[in-house]
Amino acid sequence: MRQVYLDYSATTPVKDEVLQEMIPYFTENYGNPSSLYSGGLNSKAAIDKARKQLADLINADPSEIFFTGSGTEADNWALEGMADAMRKKGKGNHIITTKIEHHAILHTCEYLAAHGFEVTYLGVDSDGRVNPKDLEDAITDKTILISIMLVNNEVGTVQDIREMVGIAKRYKIPFHTDGVQALGNVPIDVKALGVDFLSMSAHKIYGPKGMGALYIRKGMRPTNFIHGGAQEMGRRAGTENLPGIVGFGKAAEIAKRDFDKHVKHSSEVRDYLLERIKDEIPDVEINGTMKQRHPGNLNVTFDFIEGESLLILLDMKGISVSTGSACSSKSLKPSHVLDAMGVPWEKIHGTVRMTVGDFTSKEDVDYVVDELKNIVIRLREISPINEEKGWN
Amino acid sequence: MALYNDKVMDNFLNPKNVGEIENPDGTGVYGSPVCGDMMQIQIKVEDDIIKDAKFKTFGCGSAIASSSMATSMIIGKSIDEALEITNKQIVDELGGLPPVKIHCSVLADHAIKSAIYDYAQKNGKTYKGLEGFDPDADDDDDHHDISKE
Repeated sequence: MRQVYLDYSATTPVKDEVLQEMIPYFTENYGNPSSLYSGGLNSKAAIDKARKQLADLINADPSEIFFTGSGTEADNWALEGMADAMRKKGKGNHIITTKIEHHAILHTCEYLAAHGFEVTYLGVDSDGRVNPKDLEDAITDKTILISIMLVNNEVGTVQDIREMVGIAKRYKIPFHTDGVQALGNVPIDVKALGVDFLSMSAHKIYGPKGMGALYIRKGMRPTNFIHGGAQEMGRRAGTENLPGIVGFGKAAEIAKRDFDKHVKHSSEVRDYLLERIKDEIPDVEINGTMKQRHPGNLNVTFDFIEGESLLILLDMKGISVSTGSACSSKSLKPSHVLDAMGVPWEKIHGTVRMTVGDFTSKEDVDYVVDELKNIVIRLREISPINEEKGWN
Repeated sequence: MALYNDKVMDNFLNPKNVGEIENPDGTGVYGSPVCGDMMQIQIKVEDDIIKDAKFKTFGCGSAIASSSMATSMIIGKSIDEALEITNKQIVDELGGLPPVKIHCSVLADHAIKSAIYDYAQKNGKTYKGLEGFDPDADDDDDHHDISKE
């Protein structure tokens, strides 16, 4: 049976070029980068190279790149580290973020709220965009940090970070952006964006899992989050994940080298998928604007049916997707992102996210749409809801 | 690897009793698409025996499997026997459901009782198993915060 992976925003396969680069660092060049003999120094050099490769992808200085254990850790560090540092300076206790952030941000904000911070969650319009004016209106003299994601993981919306950073700068408020979905998919130039912090993850760009990084603009001093040895210029302790870092560096180099090709291929395949679904399946809605969107992201509501059952039937045909339905989540809560965009809950339950990537072909899309059509018809036959009867 | 056991998967992939009955003797609808699952169960009754049952369900795999199993369990049973079926029996017949999916069996159980309630109302009948039953009772309250992760 054909296998079609349509969940590149969840994770990506490690590219062979990346894997080959990593392998020697498990078995041959395994020296601890902190050791002073040549085995250690070679490892240290490999890390420096990777740091430069990642810095080049986002136009940062290598000294501004700090490797972490995940994108989530980078988010936690930026928020908790700045909250603590700013509180110590007596600057205030107010944080501004959005309702559509990843849980790595939202749950960190909940944690900070339980520790004396106040958090404002900005809403979004039906396209999934934050209105920069809402940000300006939310700023108070107690605001110490703003965190707004660059690209949303569910609907792929790209925020106008540059304009919002401009507002933050006028009030001298540090700005963090979660760039995990953006990295490798939209151009990122931290100097042009003006952000102070940017979180990244390797496994979204064909690198290994368990590898993240935080860009920290020169001069920003968030309190350390992981305490211990003097690794990462004394800012993030723990023996480095050497093969992981090497893999992240290589993946970043490829992302930069093949950026145009990647974006062109992803968007062409995604748009083909979109057109076929719109043309061949009735009663579907596309969530989020198609302008300024992650090139591989498609988020579709199939009216009158529920996403988890759709997901399982697709899985039976070798097709992997994800859904915003409550039934698929352990918390039984429907997607907070679609909820914030004003999508009614009964439609959120019928939502599927399909994300394509470098290894998705048009033939894959043909197979998916052919199967999808039948599965949607089958589930609609089982459903008590249809256009005639309405939703009740 | 699958999300559910083989029995649940079989009832989801090859559901029995899907559809609607022409001139049903009782119809029960329970749940709401807003909450993510809604079931309609219809029954045909002769001499207090459930001769046929059909369902239509908007919901996840376990909701569809629960509907399939529940309707299979009541066909051929007397109304009193059908009313004795509990959601736990539906779960057991399915070989178990994940903890967060138990409410699917509650929904199926309630939809069956609603269909019988409708039949009883239309025919002026009373059944011991329907005492205190409210077809419009709120959707199971635990639905949205079973797990806090």
